[in-house]
Amino acid sequence: MQHLLGFGIPGVPYGCTYALVAVGLVLTYQATGVLNFAYGAQAYLSAFVFTYLVQNQHLPVGVAFVISVVILAPAVGLILDRLLFRKIAPANVIAKLVTGISMLVGIPAVLSVLFTTSNQYNPPSILFDPNVVYFHLVGTPINGIAVTCVVATAVTLIALVVLMRWTNLGLQMRGAVESRRLIELDGVNSGRVVASAWAISGFIAGLAGVLLAPIYGQLQFSDYAALMVAAFAAAAWAVLRSLPVAVLVGILMGITVTVLQGYLPVGSIWSSAALTSLPFVVLVGALLLVPGMRTLGQDKDPLASVDPPPPPIAAAVRAPEFDRVIKILWYVLLVAFSLSMLTWMPKIWENVFNAGLAYSVVFLSITLITGMGGQLSLCQATLAGVGAFTAAQVADRLGANLLVGALVGALVAALVAVVLATASVRLRGLGLALMTIAAALVFDNAIFAQVATIRGQSINVTSSSVGFGILNPNGRAFFVLAMVVLSVCVVLVLRVRNGSIGRFLGAMRGSSTAASGIGVNLTWMHVLVFGLSGAVAGLGGTLLAINQQAVNTQTFSWSFSLVFVVVVVTTGVSTPEGAIQAGFSFVVLQQLLTYVPSRLGGNSLLVILFAFGALTYVAHPEGILEFQKRRWTMRFERLLLRNRTSSTDISGPDAGATAGDGQLARVAADSDPALDR
Amino acid sequence: MSASAAATTVGVSSGSGSGVDAPALEMVGVSAAYGPYRALFDVSFAVPAGGITALIGSNGAGKSTVSRVASGLLATSTGTVWLDGRDVTGWPAYKMARIGMAHVPEGRGVFASLTVEENLKLTFRLRGGRRTVADSLERAYEVLPLLAGRRHQRGGTLSGGEQRILSLAKVLIVPPRILVADEISLGLAPLMTDVVYDGLRRINQAGTALLIVEQQVHRVLEIAENAVVLEHGSVAYQGPSSGAMGAVEHIMGARERAEARGGDEVETGRTDEVSGSNSESDGQDNGESGT
Amino acid sequence: MALTANAEALLRVSEVTKTFGGVAAVDGVSFSVRPGESVGLVGPNGAGKTTLFNCVCGQLRPERGTIELNGRSLNGMATFERARLGIGRTYQRVEVFSDMNVRDHLIVSVRARWRQGRLWRDLCNLSKPTADERERVDAVLDLVGLSDRADTSVSALGLGSCRLVELARALIAEPVLLMADEPSSGLDVHETRELGAVLRQVQRDQGMAMILIEHDLEMVAEVVDRTVVMNLGQVVAEGHFDTVMADPIVRSAYLGLHE
Repeated sequence: MQHLLGFGIPGVPYGCTYALVAVGLVLTYQATGVLNFAYGAQAYLSAFVFTYLVQNQHLPVGVAFVISVVILAPAVGLILDRLLFRKIAPANVIAKLVTGISMLVGIPAVLSVLFTTSNQYNPPSILFDPNVVYFHLVGTPINGIAVTCVVATAVTLIALVVLMRWTNLGLQMRGAVESRRLIELDGVNSGRVVASAWAISGFIAGLAGVLLAPIYGQLQFSDYAALMVAAFAAAAWAVLRSLPVAVLVGILMGITVTVLQGYLPVGSIWSSAALTSLPFVVLVGALLLVPGMRTLGQDKDPLASVDPPPPPIAAAVRAPEFDRVIKILWYVLLVAFSLSMLTWMPKIWENVFNAGLAYSVVFLSITLITGMGGQLSLCQATLAGVGAFTAAQVADRLGANLLVGALVGALVAALVAVVLATASVRLRGLGLALMTIAAALVFDNAIFAQVATIRGQSINVTSSSVGFGILNPNGRAFFVLAMVVLSVCVVLVLRVRNGSIGRFLGAMRGSSTAASGIGVNLTWMHVLVFGLSGAVAGLGGTLLAINQQAVNTQTFSWSFSLVFVVVVVTTGVSTPEGAIQAGFSFVVLQQLLTYVPSRLGGNSLLVILFAFGALTYVAHPEGILEFQKRRWTMRFERLLLRNRTSSTDISGPDAGATAGDGQLARVAADSDPALDR
Repeated sequence: MSASAAATTVGVSSGSGSGVDAPALEMVGVSAAYGPYRALFDVSFAVPAGGITALIGSNGAGKSTVSRVASGLLATSTGTVWLDGRDVTGWPAYKMARIGMAHVPEGRGVFASLTVEENLKLTFRLRGGRRTVADSLERAYEVLPLLAGRRHQRGGTLSGGEQRILSLAKVLIVPPRILVADEISLGLAPLMTDVVYDGLRRINQAGTALLIVEQQVHRVLEIAENAVVLEHGSVAYQGPSSGAMGAVEHIMGARERAEARGGDEVETGRTDEVSGSNSESDGQDNGESGT
Repeated sequence: MALTANAEALLRVSEVTKTFGGVAAVDGVSFSVRPGESVGLVGPNGAGKTTLFNCVCGQLRPERGTIELNGRSLNGMATFERARLGIGRTYQRVEVFSDMNVRDHLIVSVRARWRQGRLWRDLCNLSKPTADERERVDAVLDLVGLSDRADTSVSALGLGSCRLVELARALIAEPVLLMADEPSSGLDVHETRELGAVLRQVQRDQGMAMILIEHDLEMVAEVVDRTVVMNLGQVVAEGHFDTVMADPIVRSAYLGLHE
């Protein structure tokens, strides 16, 4: 018993922060209808600013706290509401997800550009000195961190209860939770209630961030991501509804982690895996076992029937003439590119473009699962990693060449994807996205670490042949290999897209109800498209590994999964074109940024660019790049065909593009009639 | 789209007047849609100040849409809406509520998760101001002892009739300019319906105009002076209730009329039959779908 | 006219009950539909009509009762399996595939119905629309009057046309039973008249059975052979339209008690 408490008590600070963040998530979700994926970034933001103000600007802790938590944190929440989430139709779950992810990825990037200080150490504690042991509880020393956490959490939760039960604002919020439209009928400005909810949950995020900082001893964003997943787990068990359950699960998780760590053999796989994987396991458990996960993200407002249906995930309509023009341009580009790569291309750019080819294959998998399958998968980098690691291990242990390894890798990745799809067959939209992010994190934390070494050394693929006795291809040899793989994948994806499966997927995207009503087996389609996406991602991963001459866990981390999604959504998620554009812009921009003084931010700038690019998804689900392409091609065509009394119907592409846009504009305008005008 | 019948309407101003004679609610040329679903075509009618108007018609005819446009829950595509002579077109619902619009939506007039007292407080606070809340609560319990005994009960645990009484209590104590009651007798036993209609009468006596959207046409036509009959999103009849009664009687003779008519004709400008079913979406029917 | 214990019934619904949170949306409903017969299902709000449709199509699982198609029990069958048995459906809120044009709607319907979608065929580039498919598509387009809009994306079409697309999509699968849920909802008087004419024509030409939920009683009167009236989850009357509408129980359900 002594042991149990002894192990459990150090877990309380974690538990408190989990509980706080879970409460904030539930509050936002209930009052505003948004499951705020950016929440971890909000916590990180406050922690970062707080530490910076104390350590770099030498402000007193109290002042820094007020600035970063009392003022900044709610302000950020309000900004997110007013500028971003309010503009999204309540029914558009995917847009809300994409926006949240953009911010999750973008905010830390902005911070690292604005404040060039790198990782900060020993962030200060806000109330009690972390180094002082205040008292002992059943023999366990309780230091300042623990006391701070418990006190701050308790005070906040009590304040929240008082707010909700005894104030008018709290009453309005509880009403808004049930129906934002109904409170309008009572004269309550629902927009203001929603804004208050964002401000309050923003404050909670900031507080949790600042509480968590000293626990880890070093300020890193990945800790905050993990915090958020734990919070999602607690919130999910509370079915995103019950605040007390969220608190309870949060605290229990914190305690369980340290208890497990205490009992498991020190230094074993299980021990390190336990701390990091437990929240994800809890999350997956919630997603699979708790009823009600399927309708996660759907508007439960009884008066919501005034809303029009949500727009399609990616308006893929293109007029045929326009399509032809684009096709011709692509072929020309292809020939020019190939010739250049085989002849005069300078070494640096050769490497860049080779990487671009490899990334394009990975991004093609996103075209499959998101553009065609209509679901947001946040683990594509992970699947690529599965392919790469498997290929490397197979090549090494079985002495096979990498080509065989790549195929096996693709198969294994496909299998993993199929397992994921089968497990989540009842989930769609938000629930599925959460499942994929949990999977990505499990792999990152528990599995990749185990397979990332061969005989204690990190994997380097240069010693394995890629087939035909060729070792470590680079330059032109790699170019040929990559072009072949990419072309095959593009052709296959196009054939599926234009074939029966593509049609079934299109039906599923358009209306799953009607699709099953005409005889489409939704479950099978879901599993199939996931499997295909996994296979392509796996192939891309191996290609990446060959290009980088090693298999790095970094390349396939969960944060890259998010970045990939954000990139592809910006350039165009519904066509292979979009994937190739994504692959190339990703690497080319990275390269261009090396010419810019590093003071300006380097890779973070890249992330910021795409993160904010992804915000355009709401207005342009086909991708901002695609939108611009269509616009410019239309103008170009009009110019060229101006004098023809043509059979070419100029209104064709117009109707195609603008009807889609008009539809979307109308949907956006018609969205929540109760919103402030 | 269709011109309304020749019958005159009572108390219609062109909408620009204000003051005592202005209608409590007026719609001029209103069209509305839910995304691609057009629900109203060029609807014009008025509810006189302090009067009672019935709004009847089949579902898809647009009755609920009219109430939502009236209270600001749904935006108009074209046309104008006037409250007490003021142009409130495009106003958000909470602003309309604050200048005297009260709307009890169909099937929902109360918060299920809040107690009776909290439900009342929410309204009283905004309509009367913070200081009047305690007074208003007392009066409510006095006038409706039914509620007094259940003040700490959650709205969702009340019976259908009790919920309607609660929603009426909100407007009884702090009378608005107009009350739009959407299917208020839906699912109620006749006895309870009597109580509800009694409440409506009292509210009207306190000066509130009523726009009663109903399926039970006989009931509402007894209490209303005027009636507006909607068909397929257009006004098919507008005028005294006595005339509407005649229009309604044709509902069951649809077949013989169809045969008599023969070929294609546009169905406007006549006192037409009205079918009585309701509501764009059977709330719970549409709520559960999925594989 | 009571329930027909007719051995030739195409669809037989027996004592089906479905409750939501303690309230029976559909309460012990029984009726049947003969092959080729068209039945109108009418009734006031909350009568349970759409819920009943969802039970027949498989989106909801009733707590009690059985549903049989051609003598074969549908209990436990998924929606897509029932579709492949020949049940076609249109929806109260129109459900079209927003990315696709009209023709594609019909092609996908054909392929789904007869299980012609195979991954290997796609990969080997064998999935282009066949001449046979194209013929079928053209025939159905002609039938409902959409030939001039065949290559237009549905996102550019008005609601009336979308309703016709839904209908065509159901028809091309050659259903033995077509279930149409408030097809005139959201349409104006003129469009409703057109739709009614198409329905009547199609049903007589194709000879399939049809159940039509409608609130526009005039359309019901013109299109159906028999009418079933539901109220508060139960069947309250059944028979010829005029007889049923004159029934005092039905009148009070619609109009309220006349004192």
